[in-house]
Amino acid sequence: MSTENNILVKLHNAGFKQNNKWLVEGVSLTVEKGKIVTLIGPNGSGKSTTAKIALGIYKNIEGNVEKYTNKVGYVPQKISIDWTLPLRVCDFMLLTESISEKDIDEALSLTGVIHLKNKNLGNLSGGEFQRVLIARAISKKPELLVLDEPVQGVDYTGEIALYELIKNISDTLSCGILLISHDLHTVMTATDHVVCLNGHVCCSGSPMDVAKNNEYKALFGEKASQILTVYEHKHDHVHSEEGEIKKN
Amino acid sequence: MFDDFFVRALFAGIGIAFVTGPLGCFVVWRRLSYFGDTLAHSALLGVTMAYTLDLNIAISVFLISSVIALILIQLQKKTNLPGDALLGLLAHSSLAVGLVVIGFLTFIRFDIMGLLFGDILAVTTDDLLIIWTGGALILLVLKLIWKPLFASTVNYELAEAEGLNPDRAKAIFTILMAAVIAISIKMVGLLLITGMLIIPAAMARNISDSPQKMVIFSIIGGLLSVVLGLYSSLEFNTSSGPSIIAASLVLFILSLFKIKQSIKLKN
Repeated sequence: MSTENNILVKLHNAGFKQNNKWLVEGVSLTVEKGKIVTLIGPNGSGKSTTAKIALGIYKNIEGNVEKYTNKVGYVPQKISIDWTLPLRVCDFMLLTESISEKDIDEALSLTGVIHLKNKNLGNLSGGEFQRVLIARAISKKPELLVLDEPVQGVDYTGEIALYELIKNISDTLSCGILLISHDLHTVMTATDHVVCLNGHVCCSGSPMDVAKNNEYKALFGEKASQILTVYEHKHDHVHSEEGEIKKN
Repeated sequence: MFDDFFVRALFAGIGIAFVTGPLGCFVVWRRLSYFGDTLAHSALLGVTMAYTLDLNIAISVFLISSVIALILIQLQKKTNLPGDALLGLLAHSSLAVGLVVIGFLTFIRFDIMGLLFGDILAVTTDDLLIIWTGGALILLVLKLIWKPLFASTVNYELAEAEGLNPDRAKAIFTILMAAVIAISIKMVGLLLITGMLIIPAAMARNISDSPQKMVIFSIIGGLLSVVLGLYSSLEFNTSSGPSIIAASLVLFILSLFKIKQSIKLKN
């Protein structure tokens, strides 16, 4: 298969303006099958807007978006659900696609919330709801997964497990993932391509390229850059109990 | 069998309840009760048009309500007025214009009370045909747009992102609302149609924990209201619309006891 056929969504010089103010502009990026693309950047830098442009939620955009798949799973950053609706977790799982009981159970087990299957959605805690959102997005076995801060409010051990799960899904389903995350550790270990946003693309490339970039350092500080260098050396040596360095 | 006016009214009411049940749930979920009111008020214009142009009332009401819905959507786009102000503007002005036009049509005798509050004597076999075929069509279309409509009711962006085209579903639902008002206006009357949509659905909300259950209970509630309401209308010689709505209110009050119980259980 040529790389052309692997492209799921492609943004070319895309931007979105609201009330005469650019939320984000000049974004070009490509999400391919089996690849994880991560958007990083400070608050208000246009990460969620970029995700919504890629998903086709915003209609009057500048530039262009080519979307090659309709099998999409989306975990939005904010979701407000009206509680005039009686909605259980199992009803919510079927929201946009009819999936089998087996797939529902499997997805809920993977995110660790199978015991909540018949609970009312309104009675869940923030972290539980976030796990249900992820389960819903992956249960439909999408080709493109868009995750906007998917682990917000999830406990520390859960966070690590869920990121591992996301990485696994990208491998097993070979779906493309557009991830928005503030967790630089995760970004640097699990991501194929990083786009650093600040109203525009300030730099992009492999995690290491981005870490060395001066604009990135200016935006996140020297410390953030060091996080990455730690990971660069991650697999080339181990420390013995005495603190000696042993090459692998 | 349909020679008896009461049997006709009963079958008309049953047909209407099957349609208002599920549609009413969406009216409650999407907070559209004032929208329903506006369409219902504008139905008076539709009735006057039916008399002047010698059209079928249901078809004429359907046309006028659809036009009003379109005007509303345009006004929402082009003005800065809040939604409820626009709804009030359209509801009362179309009701007023309708009443003024009736004043001019001196050559026709109108039963205003019947129009506003419903009249079981007025249901003909033709009306029954329109209610049952129209109702079946409405339910069929609702079934077809159920997934995108329901998903966008829960969350618009999820539905849009995952390719369900919620805008189209919303537009079709607006037309369905106009249609349900058109088929129920003779029985329930234009002032009380929204009650028929909301009250059984509100009752159902109190006793259900899933959307499917709420739709089923809403239909059952509507059916019970129609049967109870029509029998008491016959017994006490009251207008059919208020009797049906009063019956649904009784059911709603009964459903409150169920809520109290479930709250007690939780504590």
